[in-house]
Amino acid sequence: MRFLTCVAACALGGALPAVAQTPNPADWPAVLEQARGQTVYWHAWGGDPRINAFIAQVGEVLSERHDVTLEHVRLADTADAVTRVVSERAAGRDTGGAVDAIWINGANFASMKDQGLLFGPFAYDLPNWPLVDTDANPAVEIDFTLPVEGYGSPWAMFQMVFEYDSRAVPEPPRSLDALRAWIAENPGRFTYPQPPDFLGTSFLKQALYGVLDDPSVLLGPTDAVDYDTVTAPLWAFLDEITPNLWRSGRAYPANEPALGQLLADAEVDIGFSFNPGRASAAIADGELPDTIRTMVFDDGTLANSSYLSIPYNAANKAGALVLANLILDPQIQALAQDPAVLGFQTVLGMDRLAPEDRARFGALELGIATLAPDAMGTGLLEPHPSWMTRVAEDWTARYGTAE
Amino acid sequence: MTLTLDSLRISRGGQPMVALDTTIAAGEVLTIMGPSGCGKSTALAALAGALPPGFKMSGRIYLNGRDMTDLPTHARRMGLLFQDDVLFPHLSVAGNLGFGLPRGVPSRDRQIAQALDAAGLDGMGARDPATLSGGQKARVALMRTLLSAPQALLLDEPFSKLDANLRDQIRDFTFAQARALPVILVTHDLEDARAAGGRIISVTGEPLH
Amino acid sequence: MIRAAPGLVVALMALPVAAGLAGAVLPAFGYFPALGGAAFSLDPWRELLAWPGLGAAVRLSLFTGIGATVLSLAITLLIVAAWQGTRSFRVVTSLLAPLLSLPHAAAAFGLAFLIAPSGWVARALSPWATGWDRPPDLLIVHDQAGLALIAGLVMKEVPFLMLMTLAALGQTDSARRMAVARSLGYGRVIGWTKTVLPAIYTQLRLPVFAVLAFSMSVVDVALILGPTRPPTLAVQVLDWMTAPDLSLRFTASAGAVLQLLLVLGALAAWVLAERLIAARGRIWASQGARAPGWDRPLRALAALPTLAIGLGVGLGLAGLALWSVAGLWRFPDLLPQNFGLRVWTDQSQQLWRLGGTTATLAGLSAMIALALTIAALQAGATRAVGIIYLPLLVPQIAFLPGLSALGLWLGLDGTLGAVLLVHLVFVLPYVMLSLSDPWKAWDSRAGLVAATLGAAPWRVLLAVRLPMLTRALCIAFAVGFATSVAQYLPTLLIGAGRVGTVTTEAVALAASGNRRLIGVWAVVQMTLPLAVFALALALPALLARRRRGLRVT
Repeated sequence: MRFLTCVAACALGGALPAVAQTPNPADWPAVLEQARGQTVYWHAWGGDPRINAFIAQVGEVLSERHDVTLEHVRLADTADAVTRVVSERAAGRDTGGAVDAIWINGANFASMKDQGLLFGPFAYDLPNWPLVDTDANPAVEIDFTLPVEGYGSPWAMFQMVFEYDSRAVPEPPRSLDALRAWIAENPGRFTYPQPPDFLGTSFLKQALYGVLDDPSVLLGPTDAVDYDTVTAPLWAFLDEITPNLWRSGRAYPANEPALGQLLADAEVDIGFSFNPGRASAAIADGELPDTIRTMVFDDGTLANSSYLSIPYNAANKAGALVLANLILDPQIQALAQDPAVLGFQTVLGMDRLAPEDRARFGALELGIATLAPDAMGTGLLEPHPSWMTRVAEDWTARYGTAE
Repeated sequence: MTLTLDSLRISRGGQPMVALDTTIAAGEVLTIMGPSGCGKSTALAALAGALPPGFKMSGRIYLNGRDMTDLPTHARRMGLLFQDDVLFPHLSVAGNLGFGLPRGVPSRDRQIAQALDAAGLDGMGARDPATLSGGQKARVALMRTLLSAPQALLLDEPFSKLDANLRDQIRDFTFAQARALPVILVTHDLEDARAAGGRIISVTGEPLH
Repeated sequence: MIRAAPGLVVALMALPVAAGLAGAVLPAFGYFPALGGAAFSLDPWRELLAWPGLGAAVRLSLFTGIGATVLSLAITLLIVAAWQGTRSFRVVTSLLAPLLSLPHAAAAFGLAFLIAPSGWVARALSPWATGWDRPPDLLIVHDQAGLALIAGLVMKEVPFLMLMTLAALGQTDSARRMAVARSLGYGRVIGWTKTVLPAIYTQLRLPVFAVLAFSMSVVDVALILGPTRPPTLAVQVLDWMTAPDLSLRFTASAGAVLQLLLVLGALAAWVLAERLIAARGRIWASQGARAPGWDRPLRALAALPTLAIGLGVGLGLAGLALWSVAGLWRFPDLLPQNFGLRVWTDQSQQLWRLGGTTATLAGLSAMIALALTIAALQAGATRAVGIIYLPLLVPQIAFLPGLSALGLWLGLDGTLGAVLLVHLVFVLPYVMLSLSDPWKAWDSRAGLVAATLGAAPWRVLLAVRLPMLTRALCIAFAVGFATSVAQYLPTLLIGAGRVGTVTTEAVALAASGNRRLIGVWAVVQMTLPLAVFALALALPALLARRRRGLRVT
């Protein structure tokens, strides 16, 4: 094995084009110079045509302004890109890696940062960093309780919103208890993606916030508390609602888009998403009926950020840095927040922008189903990543295997 | 032209099967007779240079004094006819005939036309061989072999699948066409053997009848 | 050159197979230095056994895999036995190309949309017959027994086995055997079973094994139609393999090895069952039961699955095509409220670009595989050539991470050439599978006659053998082409995301559950292989019009 690795490393040395030296983010003009002519491979989830179109637009600007070509590598699962970097390290390819940038957060980020698979810190050196609203949104520097420490550049904020059909649900449930009661009265009309899916497990964490007297334990690791006692109310809650879920809990949708499709087919009346603008955009595209509205719990819903990270062995780090800076550009951020494009929430602080940039955001209209920023309620902090893993595992043991 | 089998021995798993020691002159038909499985077809295959796996052969094969024993099939110039016509289904009748005609032979078309004529198939060169009658197919197969200008002719029960009246006709046609060549006929049919008009022996060389 | 071919094939396949297997077996026993597994241990197996869903997942894999194989084979044989030589049979065979070229995933999506509670069948019956004004809460797709999964697999495997059966029939004197049986007073089905089946089954064995291994370890169809609590073992292995928690790679590898063992076990059981059935069958065949009266009911019985598959695929695909141009489409509307080409125009640039790459890869890999196969067969395939079947029997999910590591070692990943090579690993076995039996069944006397007419071996090959095998060659090429088009994981892992095909795009989009997009890409994904398959069947048929001896009866 070691022999092979050695042979391969020698072969690699000969086969690869000269690898550019590692850029220094603090010397931005040098970064721009080095990036010129590079092609950046951005590994990002490719399941949503709106996001794909947005990334293509970013690519056009990137090429016009900085002579950097953007290739969107469309992933079915972000973990594929993590896998890629891991296999590259296994093969001894510490330079010239295939992944230049990843759209990442949560457990994927924690795992890569833990293993030293990320390049950085770089975020604080980006010229657009001062525009990021670190005061109002501390979550841009803490990903699932894990300090980001400049190993990822935040570029969009997400908050869980419930999407409901106002024709069937004139008075949507605005708390976990109200939801529990609504499910009992409307059997078969609610479900959540099957954990360990990201959105499905997020629902479990949202439920934990609702059933715990002291949710602050969620911000520490699971082994710091009496896990079984703490989570008992969650399992009681799930035991209660499961018989009245869609398909009586005998099957679950696979992921967020699958849940959205159930809502579109009127199989369920209430769904949820991490993108507050999704419903409006889907209505505009004719994929959801125009009777869909969104709402949040009165006590708040989970909120998190998406990051752009650069693997330690990326071949085109300078280009990736230029890309990271470009998506923090007010023009691009306003584009992302446009409900007709994506409806993502910006990470920039309005008070930090030049007046003409602020006007770009002011000119955006909310979509028909999108809540105004002041109606979004409290954003709840994401629990420590260990909760995600542990709760998903337990869910699988209790509900994920028949009997 | 002569075909000489010099101490030709074929065995399988140490078990001797074929023992032939003879010379066949041009125009002579040597008939090898025996029941199925006695090795007579294997002997023909060996002469053609296609000994099936599992068999062992010793001895020499001479054609016009040239040692053929170690030559590949395509260089032996021995024509072979089976009980089935084995016409190539992807080629027309003329295509089948042309296949046997050596490359570089002048006036190919005329030769093919003559062969068709001789076989009573005038003007049928463009036909699909699958549309011919059994007798027609057999004649095409024979003419194809003859066009390849063989130095000897090996016949592996070529008449056994033909019905009675056709059989005489094809048999006479075949022997008439092949009269300048040494011929070996393998058959289990006494009538074929008699009609051949030559020596009749067993696979081990004993004269029969 | 030709003499070196089997060696070349073995070398070309042995390395990837070895790397792929090592990549599954070593981590299964705790060895994967890059993840901190420096010593061998049984911990991955303990983890695997501790997973509460293991028993159910294994049962599911066995049940759905064997169930789908038995059903597919039974349906195929019943259709051929009951209908061979009739006009309806020719209609059925002419439908093979579209069925075969349809990617598994697209077929599964089509089926799901048909039978789901919000699907077309329910829409057609609602609300007038069912009283449903919204989809009923019924568990049809993802049912816990895996019946929907079996249906999805059968839909795709019957056409494959049917094609293989047709290829085998072309090399068997089935018409004469049937004539004899019929003249002895045997019914069509019983006569066929007793006289033709034994001759063609030997040629069908490898395809059946491939179907069994594939059905047991399929991932995409199982994701779309299969149970989820727990899923089949293969899907669970994929989950572990792609989980962000990298320590699960060890469990995943152990699961992959278990999957391999399951497949091998099922194959062994199958071979045993073959023996028993053959022994009983010989007794039965010689007992003389003729049962001509069974023909009518058996024919009717064979018509049922034929219709179900034809309608299932046809309507499913029509549904997907409709979704690709649908505006808002609420339940229980039978048709969308409005139509638009928005999704098509959005995707058109991508479609052309990726379509070109896909066709290039598929055309080249099928061509190279065909040349290698012919060369290897011509040289007299040795036993070692059997190694190329390993990629069909080792679950892809266990095999590919190892292959991708090899690509990295060689510095080849992310290039079109590397993707072409890895496609070849999967295309070559299917081409070999399609071609080797017709190749062997070829009447070697034609070669002997050609040689006695003075044709050197290469001329025998080019002017006699290959033209006589035109039909088998065309089919083998088409099978190779379609196989290449359908490759997802190999393209993704070896292409490093830099080489995209319509399939990587479609599967990435499939995760979105967006039926409009799935519709667009499913239509495109099937168009390429469809065109090639249609040609592969039309070209020999055209030749056979002038040469009756090449025709399949």
